[in-house]
Amino acid sequence: MRVRTLAALLLAGGLALTACGKEGTPGDTGGSTAAFEVAKDVKIEGSPTFDKIKARGALVVGVKEDQPFLGYKDPTTGQYSGFDIEIAKLVAAKLGYPADKIQFRTIQSAAREQALINGDVDYYVGTYTINAARKEKVSFAGPYLVAGQDLLVKKADSAITSKDTLKGKKVCSVTGSTPIKRIKDEKLTEPENIVEFQGYSQCVTKLLDGEVDAVTTDDAILKGYAAQEPEKLKVVGKLFSTEPYGIGLAKDDKVLRDKVNDTLQAALDDGTWLKIYDSTLGKSGAKSEKPALERY
Amino acid sequence: MGVLTNNLTLFRDGFATTLQLFLYSAVLSLLLGTFLAMLRVSPVPVFRAIGTTYVTVVRNSPLTLVFGFFVFAYPYLEIIKFDFFTSAIVALTLYTSAFICEVVRSGINTVPVGQAEASRALGLTFPQMLGSVVLPQALRSVVPPLVSTLIALLKNTTIAAGFSVSEAGAIRDSLSEQGANMLLGLTWIAFGFVVLVIPLTLLQRVLEKRWSVAR
Repeated sequence: MRVRTLAALLLAGGLALTACGKEGTPGDTGGSTAAFEVAKDVKIEGSPTFDKIKARGALVVGVKEDQPFLGYKDPTTGQYSGFDIEIAKLVAAKLGYPADKIQFRTIQSAAREQALINGDVDYYVGTYTINAARKEKVSFAGPYLVAGQDLLVKKADSAITSKDTLKGKKVCSVTGSTPIKRIKDEKLTEPENIVEFQGYSQCVTKLLDGEVDAVTTDDAILKGYAAQEPEKLKVVGKLFSTEPYGIGLAKDDKVLRDKVNDTLQAALDDGTWLKIYDSTLGKSGAKSEKPALERY
Repeated sequence: MGVLTNNLTLFRDGFATTLQLFLYSAVLSLLLGTFLAMLRVSPVPVFRAIGTTYVTVVRNSPLTLVFGFFVFAYPYLEIIKFDFFTSAIVALTLYTSAFICEVVRSGINTVPVGQAEASRALGLTFPQMLGSVVLPQALRSVVPPLVSTLIALLKNTTIAAGFSVSEAGAIRDSLSEQGANMLLGLTWIAFGFVVLVIPLTLLQRVLEKRWSVAR
């Protein structure tokens, strides 16, 4: 019995140890705009997804939860916030559903296509790059933001200035992701210096601890982390890819896609898009660039 | 077939790393596990307590937690720096040896007490008794559960994918990023594991035949 108590204590100690990795929680990680005007009596004919939404009376939207200022879930309140979240709310409002009728569901990158194919989510807003391979399985509205691969380094680091200065540096990103594949394929650093985790936040923790030298992925994501720790981190600012972010929809639901594209176009034209940007990603000090929609 | 042929290096490197992880941690956990079993049956109460505590604590912790500890918490203790591959081997070894220990101990329990008593009457010391009388017989009788534990270890290596070791478990992430057919991709990964497990099963059969104890 005594042994068991000891074991329980040890295990509890181990849990406490693993939990104390990050000190303090950043206060502001999202930002939000005032609620969008909810459209009334929305009629969309011939969209299976919209029919399902109507039957359910609520929306299920796939998002990310670990990207401050983009798609972030506050661990204490459980509230989602960020640029992607605001875009999701805007689209919902124009479909006739206020923010409290949206169920946000966190979907990891690797499971996005399957979630849309299965119909687990009605649409997906979460740093989802539009590309031809994905278009064979799902469809995209947008792009609502154009990002590009960049590097996040420590503020004091002056050695890493572009992708060509990564030799001998430890570079971290998400397992199997396109950014880390590019680093590998272009041999920007040695294979033993590639570090891959399941989430960017783990990479950022390792960067702050000094165990990796750079975190690489789309600049929009990195800016969110830089805005969280502005005294310790900075984004290098030399993009080496183009990543148009789209809203993922079920394939062949052209009716809904057109509707979402109309919503985005209207938001770009009347300044709503800019307002959303300024209240979220804009806080990092980075300038905004309006995307041009690609309808198909 | 296309999913496999287009990503041949991805699959090859992934499974090569899996195999390395497996071989290192299998050897190490067989050694550590047997040692722990020896502790658990030793005549010294402190040793027995150490063995029992280890098994109770480690066997009750999820493997992901053990990995998380070594990758994210252990570095703060600033003892010895491990790279991610070594961390994975340490985590897998510590975890698996708790199970190996119990398997070996159950094997020791199958050896009649009379043998230990006879060894002692002959003047053998405790290590001599274990090494030349009890363990050889004990290991023979536990070949099937021992191999099962090793097969479990082989499959547990996939957890390392989440902790910066790009082995077979990480293939899925790359495939899905490329937008490859996941059903085919996962089937090929499963097939790869079947290919890796078959030799273990054959080994079990051979050892069982050769080592069978006549009682």
